[in-house]
Amino acid sequence: MSGITARYWREIPRRYRGEAAQSVKTGKVYFPPRLVEPGNGNRKWKPVKLAYGGELLTFTVIRVAPRGFEMQGPYALGIIELDGGGRITTQIVDVPLEEVKIGMRVRVEFRKITDDGSEGIHLYGYKVVPEY
Amino acid sequence: MRDVAVVGVGMNKWGELWGTSLRDIFVEAALKAMDDAGVDRIDSLYVGCMSPGLFVGQEHLASLLADYLGQCPIPAVRVESACASGGMALRMGWMDVALGLHDIVMVSGIEKMLDVDGAGATYALATAADQEFECYNGATFPGLYAMIANAYQKKHRIAAERFRDQLAHVAVKNHANGHLNPNAQYRAKLTLDDVKNATMVADPLRLYDCSPITDGAAAAILCPLDLAKKKFKNHPLVAVIGTGAATDTIALHDREDLTWLRSTEVAARQAYRMANVEPTQVDFAEVHDCFTIAEICVTEALGFFAAGKGGEAAMAGDTALKGKKPVNTSGGLKSKGHPVGATGIAQILELVLQLRGEAGERQASKARIGLAQNMGGSGGSAVVHILKAL
Repeated sequence: MSGITARYWREIPRRYRGEAAQSVKTGKVYFPPRLVEPGNGNRKWKPVKLAYGGELLTFTVIRVAPRGFEMQGPYALGIIELDGGGRITTQIVDVPLEEVKIGMRVRVEFRKITDDGSEGIHLYGYKVVPEY
Repeated sequence: MRDVAVVGVGMNKWGELWGTSLRDIFVEAALKAMDDAGVDRIDSLYVGCMSPGLFVGQEHLASLLADYLGQCPIPAVRVESACASGGMALRMGWMDVALGLHDIVMVSGIEKMLDVDGAGATYALATAADQEFECYNGATFPGLYAMIANAYQKKHRIAAERFRDQLAHVAVKNHANGHLNPNAQYRAKLTLDDVKNATMVADPLRLYDCSPITDGAAAAILCPLDLAKKKFKNHPLVAVIGTGAATDTIALHDREDLTWLRSTEVAARQAYRMANVEPTQVDFAEVHDCFTIAEICVTEALGFFAAGKGGEAAMAGDTALKGKKPVNTSGGLKSKGHPVGATGIAQILELVLQLRGEAGERQASKARIGLAQNMGGSGGSAVVHILKAL
């Protein structure tokens, strides 16, 4: 990825602040926010923020890292369901790989994700750490 | 709506085809299909290809390939649904013939993946996932399927070593079949130990749990069944009796059940209903084993085995060439290779050869009704076709 500045800047409210949307019709939380709710056509939303705490539903350890993540591997990558709704896919960090377990409680933190090429901007976002 | 027959199939030998360009790989396979059917002109062309733009910097692919196949000014279009591009190209071509728009329709698939390096290929493949909310955070395809595998193991309470064995049996079986396929990329047989001890890619998936990077193309010629009966007598008749397609959330994390491939279930249900066939009546199938866990989950979503039992069935030999329900007699993506857009069409080629009784050493003993399941990304799209020997 390079030269992605606008594409990156646009997602800041989601990546930095966890801005999500709650359906007025069903109460379900969606991250990222959507214009229309799957299954019922609802278009009425209440802005909410993702909770910081959640549960690790599944994970893996990525040992062949993609471009931009070569220096981070091996790393744990998982799917987390945040309290109150909304799911994210991200790295589980600040914990030895062998201690990562399905079902563990985790907490979202603001982290640097990678760089946009050798001369590009730093790309930030969210990762999770064990909730102590 | 007209009934549709498949009257010609062709593919080139898949592998790392350094010396052959995308257009030449395509034309080679396309000409084989045309020769197999005995035609020198087609009326319409559908090309499944995931990303000629990212792999070789070429878009407008259908125009290029219609041109180089010498078929201008026929209508041609590229069909894209990530790894399900080939199956979707068949579906579009089937619609073309069924509707009565054209008579001799080529459905094809091609991917030229080796012109970029490993990281480049991983990047291109990852565009089948959610760029902003999966890949941005470091997800890869082996990673996504590894997460499915771990969720599956946990949900069905399978002991780690047993699960490892179940996955390995899929890889060993597919390589045993690919060994018999002259067009397969990797024809070497594998042992269970080879698979279980290979380099780890994303826990628990190791090198031989993952399908390879491949250059290759495949093509099939469709025509109305009535025309096939009158004019295409080179081979026994094969008809498409069912088609189905569906989507699921693009991001794995948005699925209600992380272990269930709903798009495959829904697409299959449509195909079964159209074909008036039950899962038990399917004699053999080509399924999308992009990773060993994918084959296990797909066989369950197709209704071949109960949820959580797909791995058991593989271990018991039910899906082996000589088993009750042969799956991936061609070698699957694992052994035959996975030039993304071509895979769905090569599945059809295998079905046709089996249904004609022309599969040689790979011939399944019972082959009257075959099913092909082709899937995109982590299951965000799926397309199922059922073919029958008439």
